[in-house]
Amino acid sequence: MEIFWVTLLAISILLYVLLDGFDLGIGILFGLTRSEERRRAMLNAVAPIWDGNETWLVVTAVILWGAFPIVYATLFSAFYLPLLVMLAGLILRGVAFEYRYKTERMRWLWDLSFAGGSLAAAFIQGLTVGALVQGLPMANGEYVGGEFGWFSPFAVLCGFGLCLGYALLGAAWLVQKCEGELREAAYRQVYLLAAGVLAFLVIVFVYALAENLQIMGRWLERPYLFIFPVIGAGAAVVLAASLRHHWDGLPFTMVVIIFLAAFGTLAISFWPYMIPFAITIDEAKAPASSLAFMFWGEGLFVFPLMLLYTVISYSVFRGKVHTKPDYH
Amino acid sequence: MDAGALLLSRIQFGFTISFHIIFPAFTIGLAAWLTVLEALHLITGRPVYRLLFEFWLRIFGMAFGLGVVSGIVMAFQFGTNWSVLARMTGPIQGPLLSYETFTAFTLEAAFFGVLIFGRSRVPPWFYLFSTAMVALGTALSAFWIMVNNTWMQVPVGYVVENGVFVPTDWMKIVLNSIVLVRFPHMLLGAYLTGAFCVAATGAWYLLRKIHTTEAHIMLRMGLLLAAALLPIQIYFGHLVGDYVHDYQPAKFAAIEGRWHDEQPAGEVLIGIPDAATETNRYEVKIPVLGSVIASMSLTSKEVGLTSFPLEDRPPLLIPFLTFRVMVGCGLVMLAIAWFGSYLSLKQRLEQNRLLLWLTFLSFPLPFVAILTGWYTAEVGRQPWVVYGVLRTADAMTPFLTARAASTSLIVFGTVYTLIFAFGTYYIYRLLRAGPNGHAVEVAHAASPNRPMSLAEDRETGYAGTGE
Repeated sequence: MEIFWVTLLAISILLYVLLDGFDLGIGILFGLTRSEERRRAMLNAVAPIWDGNETWLVVTAVILWGAFPIVYATLFSAFYLPLLVMLAGLILRGVAFEYRYKTERMRWLWDLSFAGGSLAAAFIQGLTVGALVQGLPMANGEYVGGEFGWFSPFAVLCGFGLCLGYALLGAAWLVQKCEGELREAAYRQVYLLAAGVLAFLVIVFVYALAENLQIMGRWLERPYLFIFPVIGAGAAVVLAASLRHHWDGLPFTMVVIIFLAAFGTLAISFWPYMIPFAITIDEAKAPASSLAFMFWGEGLFVFPLMLLYTVISYSVFRGKVHTKPDYH
Repeated sequence: MDAGALLLSRIQFGFTISFHIIFPAFTIGLAAWLTVLEALHLITGRPVYRLLFEFWLRIFGMAFGLGVVSGIVMAFQFGTNWSVLARMTGPIQGPLLSYETFTAFTLEAAFFGVLIFGRSRVPPWFYLFSTAMVALGTALSAFWIMVNNTWMQVPVGYVVENGVFVPTDWMKIVLNSIVLVRFPHMLLGAYLTGAFCVAATGAWYLLRKIHTTEAHIMLRMGLLLAAALLPIQIYFGHLVGDYVHDYQPAKFAAIEGRWHDEQPAGEVLIGIPDAATETNRYEVKIPVLGSVIASMSLTSKEVGLTSFPLEDRPPLLIPFLTFRVMVGCGLVMLAIAWFGSYLSLKQRLEQNRLLLWLTFLSFPLPFVAILTGWYTAEVGRQPWVVYGVLRTADAMTPFLTARAASTSLIVFGTVYTLIFAFGTYYIYRLLRAGPNGHAVEVAHAASPNRPMSLAEDRETGYAGTGE
């Protein structure tokens, strides 16, 4: 039963990273352009779906709480200050979708909160992953790091890395959803960001070797893990080709595959730990009666439905959005 | 454990959840109202319903967005500030709140997108269906929240193993008799909030002599619905009081302002509780009525707060006052709704400026009633977080410092104040502008590749002038 919930947890995290990833990424790119026309087109490319995307973060949090309460309690209290920044960022960017159109004089404020909030949320998520890879200070299954136990140069590096990664997802989404000048600009951004992400991955790899991080040892122990980086590399090659030939439909899919590969690498190298390398799935799982209660209702029936209406809402809003100034 | 961090964490939880509840309380009612409007439009074909729908949808969108972003904080806060609670009660509260998210939150988020952007992309029946799904989602959300909170008020269906609450009887946890009175009480509160906001907006337009056709519909529908729901709400309020009397006697004593055991007990209407002397100053008290209300008896003995050990007592002052404010709001709303309905039957609704002013000024009452009702329930539960089993002081993250807690309180305070101030101002401006034919025209004209934006304030022309 706990394997079922680990799987659902993994799917939820993955969906969150991919879906909110591109819309946070668009938030980051939003800050890089001054053109009101482009900004509107960027918002329109995500406006109908962003809150559905963000729902997956809440889904992740409540699955953690219900199925693995110790992990929820430990991680969320350990990352107290980073999560505060992330939540504030998500709030500020969320209200900006509505607020910026309500005012002209104060629009700069909501544009700032949209871009800044997106950037902060992306950075914190990367930082969190980095801190988990590095290993939180734990003793006897309890977090003992205090207010800043999560801090390390590596975690900060991962924060920047994920900002690049999300921006890449965002740019690839714009290529797929937009036309004209904005699409061309997005193509150029995909080039740069893909190069940046690649550079980041190399740096992480070298850093891991130099620091001899625990997780590195696990990769070497389990050579079959290299299937994921290989898949990622394959996707990067296709991405490069699609950029050259302007195949609008491909870049986003390829970036998604790169993310999947990175996620798979991480997930399998943590296995069977939920908080590496302190608390395992088995130690963290909720009592059988809790897992069963969740399984027979939301797990078996509601979760597939949620996936279904995610698909429905994406198919309702499929296709290109226009960028003409007469748009509104 | 840090006493400063504990106080700050409690203030933060109270602040963030008070802020949050304002928006669901409003949107649960509004979603139902939108469903009714859309159905009426499909059935009668009268454009005015469509006009009202588009207008209230924009208000709904603003309030819904604020509810969503402030709700995300709630999903994290149990873990950040209350990690001991999260770990111990996670096997029960976690699944309950995950049901809330799974069934409700996703339903709302998915169909909300269709509501805002999908009018031109889906058939009319599916649009109505989406509206109903959003309304269902908001109500389901309230249901699971009430199940969860009821378990914290009266924990049932569990055993404690190795310091963890292990659920043994989910039927009892989810569908017990207390949930079945507390959930309707909350839901009715939300519907009343929607009804009064709609009626108050109608009254406002009538006072300004604008949008009179729409205003008349809003005022009548709002007041008639409120007039019908309020007696039911007061009855459910009484049933909620019964459970408090039976299961949480210390809270009941605090609400009643009863310091000492009495037989038969009087009912304190008003007074100023004084904790130092354990008496009420300037109290107005009706003899015997306390026993009647609590036990339907003329002779029953009712327990006072001093019968409980000092460390198990809730503060008396807050539940005592907040309960009276809530009841007072309810009675004022009842008077306005019945007065208005009477005038409406006599066809004299619009001419009566007194009623219009009263209705217009009454829009804060349902919000105040909901907030004070929650303060009564939550402060009255103290010093317990899970009543009788786990103390609030023992539930906090053990290593949380006052420095971290004050940082988060300041950040949330600043961010919420900012978005609340602008949010209410923008909603006020939408309301002031009122419904207009233009919005409907645009919606019709929108082609599949031109999803209209709710965000646009078309009448005031704020959007589209940037280039």
